[in-house]
Amino acid sequence: MILAWLIIIPLIGGLAAWSLDRNNSAAARWISLASLVADGFLLLSLWSASSAPFALERGAWLVEHSRTWIPQLGISIHLATDGLSLLLMTLTIFLGIASVICSWTEIRERVGFFHFNLLWILAGILGVFTALDLFLFYFFWELMLVPMYFIINIWGHENRVYASLKFFIFTQAGGLFMLLSILGLYFVHGRNTGIYTFDYTLLLGTSLSPTAAMWLMLGFIIAFAVKLPAVPFHPWLPDAHTEAPTAGSVILAGLLLKTGAYGLIRFVLPLFPGAAASLAPTAMVIADIGIIYGAVCAFGQTDLKRLVAYTSVSHMGFVLLGIFAGNLHSLTGAVIQMLAHGVSTGALFIIVGMIQERIHTRELDRMGGFWAVVPRLSGVGLVFALASLGLPGLGNFVAEFLVLLGSYRVNAAITVLAATGLVLSAIYSLWIVQRAFHGAVKEGMRMPDLSIRETGMMTVLIIAIFWIGLRPQPLLNACGPALDGILHGVSSVQTTERGYTK
Amino acid sequence: MNASDLFALQPLIIIAATIIMVMLVIAFHRSHKLTAILTLAGLAIAGMSLTAVACVIPRRITPLLILDYYGLFFSGLIFAASFFVAALSYSYLEIHEGHREEFYLLLLLATLGCAVLSLSMHFASLFLGVEILSVSLYALTAYLRHRDRSIEAGVKYLILAAVSSAFILFGMALVYAETGSMELVQIAARAASEGVHRLAFTSGLVMIIVGLGFKLAVVPFHLWTPDVYEGAPAPVTAFVATVSKGAVFALVLRYFSVTGILTNRSLFAIFTIIAVASMTTGNLLALLESNVKRILAYSSISHLGYLLVTLLASGTAAMTAAAFYLTAYFITTLGAFGVVSALSVKDRDADSMNDYTGLAWRSPWLAGVFTAMLLSLAGIPITAGFVGKFTVVAAGVASGLWFLVIVLAVNSAIGLYYYLRIIVALYSRAEIEHAHAPELSRTDSAALSGLTVLLIWIGVYPEPIIELIRETMRCLI
Repeated sequence: MILAWLIIIPLIGGLAAWSLDRNNSAAARWISLASLVADGFLLLSLWSASSAPFALERGAWLVEHSRTWIPQLGISIHLATDGLSLLLMTLTIFLGIASVICSWTEIRERVGFFHFNLLWILAGILGVFTALDLFLFYFFWELMLVPMYFIINIWGHENRVYASLKFFIFTQAGGLFMLLSILGLYFVHGRNTGIYTFDYTLLLGTSLSPTAAMWLMLGFIIAFAVKLPAVPFHPWLPDAHTEAPTAGSVILAGLLLKTGAYGLIRFVLPLFPGAAASLAPTAMVIADIGIIYGAVCAFGQTDLKRLVAYTSVSHMGFVLLGIFAGNLHSLTGAVIQMLAHGVSTGALFIIVGMIQERIHTRELDRMGGFWAVVPRLSGVGLVFALASLGLPGLGNFVAEFLVLLGSYRVNAAITVLAATGLVLSAIYSLWIVQRAFHGAVKEGMRMPDLSIRETGMMTVLIIAIFWIGLRPQPLLNACGPALDGILHGVSSVQTTERGYTK
Repeated sequence: MNASDLFALQPLIIIAATIIMVMLVIAFHRSHKLTAILTLAGLAIAGMSLTAVACVIPRRITPLLILDYYGLFFSGLIFAASFFVAALSYSYLEIHEGHREEFYLLLLLATLGCAVLSLSMHFASLFLGVEILSVSLYALTAYLRHRDRSIEAGVKYLILAAVSSAFILFGMALVYAETGSMELVQIAARAASEGVHRLAFTSGLVMIIVGLGFKLAVVPFHLWTPDVYEGAPAPVTAFVATVSKGAVFALVLRYFSVTGILTNRSLFAIFTIIAVASMTTGNLLALLESNVKRILAYSSISHLGYLLVTLLASGTAAMTAAAFYLTAYFITTLGAFGVVSALSVKDRDADSMNDYTGLAWRSPWLAGVFTAMLLSLAGIPITAGFVGKFTVVAAGVASGLWFLVIVLAVNSAIGLYYYLRIIVALYSRAEIEHAHAPELSRTDSAALSGLTVLLIWIGVYPEPIIELIRETMRCLI
């Protein structure tokens, strides 16, 4: 039941925040903070359950909850978590709290409705990370879209209507193809075995002809590639990230993109191992294109927020590369990249939001010399720019290193190309530092430095990114068994590579 | 016909009795409130009588009608939808001058026609039902005589419906000439035998389909839809979009499954083309519209296209999907037009985008209801439309209709655009200052709350209704 409560608490909190906002906008903020903190404690209880997450059997579930929902169609409410889901849920709550805090002063209109949307997105994301029934998964997948749409559409910046529409239509269209694939899988399994079910654990062993597997997998991949985003499906991302309010960008970059990567790991690899293997070379090339294209585009931006948005395309390319390289190192790297990118890019978006709240522009041309004016903000900015660059000691380095290590054994040429992405990321990261923080102070530039609330929030984020960078072992241990279990299905040849997990 | 036959016919008899009672009451004492209450009570009692009737069926009453679970389910749906239409009409008509009471008379008549359609097993009852429905709808569409648009819509509907009736009659004549029967089971039996002239028989069927296609407003028989939707009073539009189409669809579904004529490959091809054209044309034309009632009209064309997918798919799953989708579509469409009706003022209906701009800040509740309805039309989770779309796609995939299903998916994505455009307007911050909060009558808010609760209940917990539908569909297969 604890998993159900994790999802129900934000849903109820959202309704409460909405209903209270007539009288008191502070109440809405406190309620959403409280419900997320409550969720945080629930997660903590899962983590602390006799250090179970670190000692799971390969492919076993830590907690599982199942009850029927629509029995006529074989649909149940089946929730479960393993180390992988637990890590991502923790990231969800962590960034959820950060986004409530960072919109404390930014959002002044319809505060209750804003927090309602925020909490419902988070509930949808938590659902995506725990659902083990494909119908339920699709349900949550779609559920998180509408509130995100509202957040961009109502509280966004200048071009919000266009951006929100684009976001919604891209992700919805992708989702519809996944729905077709889910149904295709459902009927193939039903015809083979006589059991019509959407349950993930039962569908795992479905025998498919190679052509059927390829087509069904492509349906899933379109949905996940749009979310991730992989390169031809990315055009929604720069607009949505740029136009969303800070909290929206944090959730988009930090969490929503991760649902795509999670879907690839949890569903595509185990359900269609053969098809995934045959698609792997193409996917890795696409990943490379994403890494380089994102970095080059980032460098060309004059809008700081758009720049950060494009770096996401580049960073998520590493995730895609790691997933399709298909060994434990690369896959673990992809998961760590998801966490590190969530924290570092989330933080960068918060910093951009703070700058915009202070000087009302995101144009790099109108920034400069922040170091002299706001030393604390600039210091924090430097840390996360360096994290994004992949400096050793910070989270992204560990992740990208593991991904490259894993993919090198699969295809050296692609790995070399991906590694150039590191060079390009150094260029755009230092570009940010140079343009915004260094240089001469722009005339009349005056703004307050970080407040106590902001300093506190950024300190926690900095600790997180250092922790991932300096002591990643617990994280590796937590997601290791789950990934191992998934890989065990992918290819039994590679099960010997469990070197570092225990 | 004996006493228990009469007992089984009581839903129709109750509606007919209500019609006569309303007529007499109007003759002696004009009261809008009294008429509305009588109408609502009549519909509610007819609806409740269905549970009593359920104990004595299945039963064939004269060659014309069959009372089985299938018919009862759709009758129930029709009565419930008419009940909501009547409730929404009350405050809509209250602000208009002139005679309001006859509106309910016509509404009840149209409902009776629809109920007959859902129970029909014979060409005679088909034609009777269609005519009772159409004649009342001419008058209902043009009910607000002081509006030019309303008159125009009425005349348009009159001409096209008359033409479509002519088509149906001609088609029936051809089928009768070839098979010697107007009764479904016999037609089906004789069609299979030798000696039936294929060409004449098939052309007869096609002509009936053309006639019914007008009623369903599927492409290419859809041209009247946007004009009639725009011109008719909002509650009547709700009726045309739901009850009238739903009853005809129920009839088509029954006829097709009893006669099994979709095994005929040319007919199957024709319906595939109609389905694809309806989905695509409806959605594409809606993209170009800026009038909310016309957008909803085009959206209903594409939704009928989605429904046709269930007609082409086979098996219990498809029938269940059809009935479920229709239920979800009824709730959603009634809710959407309910909001339009609630916002309408004396001299015009609320059909311009401007009426909705910033509504979320003037009347959050009404905007919330409208948002829920639009999201349901778009098929987003926690609404009935989501489960409906899901069952339809599932039925299509189960029958291997991949082409249709992919067209459906692409169209859903296109459709999102214009639903979202209305939602964008609802939540836009542009015109908050000078706008006033719309007043909402108690009947409207009760009806809309009821529909919203149903929408979300079915969207989150569809199990009971799916079970009910499954039970009712058994009798057809």
